[in-house]
Amino acid sequence: MLKQTEGSHAVAEAVGLCRPEVICAYPISPQTHIVEGLGEMVKGGEISNCEYINVESEFAAMSVAIGSSATGARTYTATASQGILFMCEAVYNASGLGLPIVMTVANRAIGAPINIWNDHTDALSQRDSGWIQLFAETNQEALDLHILAFKLAEEVSLPVMVCMDGFILTHAYERVDVPTQEQVDSFLPPYEPRQVLDPTDPVSIGAMVGPEAFSEVRYLAHAKQMQALELIPRLTKEFKAIFGRDSGGLTHSYLTDDAETIVVAMGSILGTIKDVVDEMRQAGEKIGVLGITSYRPFPLENVRAALQNAKRVVVLEKSLAVGIGGVVSTDVRMAMSGLQLEGHTVVAGLGGRAITMKSLHALFAKAVRGELERLTFLDLDWDVINKQLERERTTRRSGPAAESMLRDVGVVAARIG
Amino acid sequence: MFQVRIHGRGGQGVVTAAEMLSIAAFEEGRHAQAFPSFGSERTGAPVVAFCRIADQEIRLREPIMEPDALIIQDPTLLFQVDVFSGLKKDGYILINTSRSFDELGLGDFVRDWPAERLLTVPATDLSRKHVGRPMPNVPLLAGFAAASGIIRLESVIKAINAKFSEKIASNNIAAASEAYRFVADEIAGASHQEAAHA
Repeated sequence: MLKQTEGSHAVAEAVGLCRPEVICAYPISPQTHIVEGLGEMVKGGEISNCEYINVESEFAAMSVAIGSSATGARTYTATASQGILFMCEAVYNASGLGLPIVMTVANRAIGAPINIWNDHTDALSQRDSGWIQLFAETNQEALDLHILAFKLAEEVSLPVMVCMDGFILTHAYERVDVPTQEQVDSFLPPYEPRQVLDPTDPVSIGAMVGPEAFSEVRYLAHAKQMQALELIPRLTKEFKAIFGRDSGGLTHSYLTDDAETIVVAMGSILGTIKDVVDEMRQAGEKIGVLGITSYRPFPLENVRAALQNAKRVVVLEKSLAVGIGGVVSTDVRMAMSGLQLEGHTVVAGLGGRAITMKSLHALFAKAVRGELERLTFLDLDWDVINKQLERERTTRRSGPAAESMLRDVGVVAARIG
Repeated sequence: MFQVRIHGRGGQGVVTAAEMLSIAAFEEGRHAQAFPSFGSERTGAPVVAFCRIADQEIRLREPIMEPDALIIQDPTLLFQVDVFSGLKKDGYILINTSRSFDELGLGDFVRDWPAERLLTVPATDLSRKHVGRPMPNVPLLAGFAAASGIIRLESVIKAINAKFSEKIASNNIAAASEAYRFVADEIAGASHQEAAHA
């Protein structure tokens, strides 16, 4: 049914339709509306046969998720930012044990400086945790990816993070098509676990593994993600047959066939980029977009195939690998190895900085002219940076940097963007 | 695409107003996207919310920098926040006030504006009267419907019914209907005046 609703609410409805048996979560902005919505749905009886557990922290949320998933219950949680860092040890354990938990990450920056706004640093900090990571472009895709995620997780016995831009998607009202229970039931069968804690048939889960088998167990995790690489396109096809939508997949190409310049990105910024690309196409520029939906497993072959005929690639990412530059770009460069392509990394939208069409126009035009540097920080206020660097050069006790830089920026309450 | 920016203060239902506007547009079969400015919301702090309305899917996610219409829920913001930033020439301005643009000190700023795009409605008073609370967002939405014709009053009423429980909804519908008439009369007065000048 078509509805005009908040992204968080759409995701809560999707999770409810997946018949979860345990939901354990600790509220944190911008994820809160999702778990609030699910709490109401469990209490109101809209989701039956489900236990909603209020935990005392994110560490407890993931620990409870591990426990409940190990008993064979379909398990869901959600978090963001500092929350995912706090549960980090358990995040690695969930995937190491092969437990198909589904978790929404309402993407938000990581402190310090403390910041509640959107970027991708939180999810990407767990890049190597062994979880599958899918990124949604719209609220419709966020809704759809959760349904796909449970099926994918349970087929390969790995946990899946569905990443959606905090605030930009979670708090946006837009049109979504909410599927029926019958549709979801026909796509997602009841959970049949590979391993289960059952008192009538006892096993232990979580063995200590020494050098004699550790590499082999770890390799198995890699092998399963490679299986997921095969499985995701198949599930996407099945999904389309039932729901009629192209959600999911490994990557999404937009006007890349004849493109000389291809912009690579993840998440909701793809929409704004496409609008800019349309305008540049009208002006005769051969430019296209590659959206990465599956960040882990990373679809090296698909990315390479999409990029190989281009002249230059601009990876625009909402993340920063301090000391080298981009996070996503590193993987894209690997996909491009051996190809004679100009590669550029653009770090944009950190901590909720708006990414505007105007800035993207200027950026892409510069790329097309061959004037873009290897690493660019979009819309940086160099005055503020240079002032602070000067302060640190001339004064030993220069004081806390963030506080000084905020003073230099001045009052922001009067700003719109 | 038609873009609306709503300015107000935390506690005045600014974000809800944008959401309801999007629901009203959706009810008319259009695509709509509403989102807040994502500040750390505190009661009384300046808040901005946005709504885009279009006939195709809306992909753009930047904040609305060049609105076609401004709804100002709190006139005390006029000289605190750059509310008019980027407003398109001859765009709609709807202010929650019982005073005129001249009395608000905006006379010079809007000198060349068409009169039927400059509208006021005492939305807080109407909300107090009908709902018993100073919540100007719903009467302003109805005023916006009358001012712009972008959405119909019936769609605003559908959005009210979608957002509120029955009793609160019926009070809000009464406030909305009076606000709609108020602005419609204002526009009729403005065009009458222009005809007299001509």
